[in-house]
Amino acid sequence: MSITKTTHETRLIANSMRHDIITMVSKAKSGHPGGSLSCTDILATLFFTGVMNYDENDPSSPERDFLILSKGHAAPALYAAFHQLGWVRDDELGTLRQLGTRLQGHPDRNALPGVEVCSGSLGQGLSIAAGAALGFLADAPEGAHPRHVFCVCGDGELQEGSNWEALMFAPNHGLSNLTMFLDLNNLQIDGDVRKVNSLGDVDAKLAAFGWHVIHTDGHDIERLHAAVEDALGFSVAPTAIVCDTVKGKGVSFMENEAGWHGKAPNEEETALALADLDAERVQIEKEA
Amino acid sequence: MAKRATREAFGETLVELANEGVNVCAVDADLAGSTTTNKLQKAYPDRFVDVGIAEQDMIGVASGLALTGRIPFTASFAVFGVGRCYDQIRNTVCDSNLNVKVCPTHAGITVGEDGATHEMLEDIGMMRALPNMRVLVPADYRAAKAAIRIAATTPGPVYVRMGRHKVPEVYDESFVGGLPYAGVLREGSDATILACGVEVAQSLAAADILAKSGISAEVIDVFSVKPLAEDVILSSAEKTGRVVTVEEHMVSTGMGSAVASLLAEKHPTPMRFVGMRSFGTSAPGDVLLEHFGLDGAGIARQVEEFVRA
Ligand SMILES: Cc1ncc(C[n+]2csc(CCOP(=O)(O)OP(=O)(O)O)c2C)c(N)n1
Ligand SMILES: [Mg+2]
Repeated sequence: MSITKTTHETRLIANSMRHDIITMVSKAKSGHPGGSLSCTDILATLFFTGVMNYDENDPSSPERDFLILSKGHAAPALYAAFHQLGWVRDDELGTLRQLGTRLQGHPDRNALPGVEVCSGSLGQGLSIAAGAALGFLADAPEGAHPRHVFCVCGDGELQEGSNWEALMFAPNHGLSNLTMFLDLNNLQIDGDVRKVNSLGDVDAKLAAFGWHVIHTDGHDIERLHAAVEDALGFSVAPTAIVCDTVKGKGVSFMENEAGWHGKAPNEEETALALADLDAERVQIEKEA
Repeated sequence: MAKRATREAFGETLVELANEGVNVCAVDADLAGSTTTNKLQKAYPDRFVDVGIAEQDMIGVASGLALTGRIPFTASFAVFGVGRCYDQIRNTVCDSNLNVKVCPTHAGITVGEDGATHEMLEDIGMMRALPNMRVLVPADYRAAKAAIRIAATTPGPVYVRMGRHKVPEVYDESFVGGLPYAGVLREGSDATILACGVEVAQSLAAADILAKSGISAEVIDVFSVKPLAEDVILSSAEKTGRVVTVEEHMVSTGMGSAVASLLAEKHPTPMRFVGMRSFGTSAPGDVLLEHFGLDGAGIARQVEEFVRA
């Protein structure tokens, strides 16, 4: 069974995940904190609010829904979710990016159960997700819900032309069992997405391609949960959940800073980052 | 000895060329800091364009710019700047013989922590297979400067393979290279080690280790993999009678297999191939060199086995 927590509990889980992300990347001395913190609440919603079907005790259970992390550089966020489930052990967090680890720099399905496909080369996940959704749709018994495929993409990533091939393909095949999250943090490595190569009115573009578009706050667990429920109930077309996010979310000095895309915090910065997250935790606890 | 990565030469040399009045420009795909093309961007904003995360568009745009008389250099990591846009490089750049320079950084296993998806191990093979394409694999920072200069001044497609790993200096500022060029860095009589890129410094270290066990290894830097400096390679093979090739690339299609084709046709010589035979993995670059037997000690071990066989 998948785990179902309250919004409040899920917020605390997301906070723990962020803690893990900082700890892992700091210990590894390399990796991608910004984009990992950006999609943490999206992953927390999927894994811990009961919307995604999986077996807590078996990452490879045969009836599970798929999660494809197309923006594979956010691997630490995925590993942090797996850590909450016990799929990654406590003592493994310190092995990120080191020789022989299951926690490869980018998700590796050969190394770690729960990773559906190797990712890290941007612009490939959405096509894979569409292919899996097509297969699941064909395999679903008459009247039954097909297995669902969730895919998380970056906004810079959407500049890859291959995404637009998949964006055309999915509605054309009525892949209502496909949900894409767009992590719209407006940053890529070389700066502001709107300056480097603007996506323009991305909601309108996705809608024009035939997608069911929901625009929401990518850090509001309750709204994210509602958006996924909406997607799961929509039986005509694939859904794109466009999420307004903050790159580096939760760590004050990383927020909205392109420089924290692919840089590990040093010891001092790590302490500051963890202090930010601890303060956030106290705040969330107060709101109980 | 100062250690520098070959990529550090890239943007810097483009700026020098622009200062000298050469009509170079750079087309990057969201990695201008890592590839160092942002140096050209800073010095000459109008000679730089960032297409975003869109490597196919990068090669197409560079091709169009070449048609307007410019000398465009494309950047990105080798795995994306070659892999994602191979068709554009083949069917647009090479078939039309356009003046586009494909110059990615972050090639090979020494990319390190990012892991298998980011470690390009097939690019030499893909590029050397293409008609009209020339392939340069600089061994250090100075060789990379020379390679970028050669690319800028040689009409038609040129590939320059650069890395992020900091390597010891092999050359001083007098190095100019050539097309073709292979340099004998150390003379020897028992075996010839042909190396390229980061493996040149590692092979020199291997020769030191081998000397201690009484084995005299000749070390040659294969600066240009295509065309090969055939005379240099053939005469060394004739002299030592044993050839070992060393590269951070798949042995199936890399520099070693180019050398094997040459020797098979012109002077069959027993060979050994030191390189990659699988995908890479995550770990710091120097740890991976050791893990895959691509450091000085690993190379020495394999050469010694060959010589004593
Ligand atoms: C095909 C490809 N090109 C380039 C890269 C290098 N790269 C890694 S992350 C990144 C920027 C990603 O930006 P975005 O999709 O907005 O991700 P986020 O902001 O969520 O981190 C780039 C260019 C890559 N991994 N794959
Ligand atoms: Mg982004």
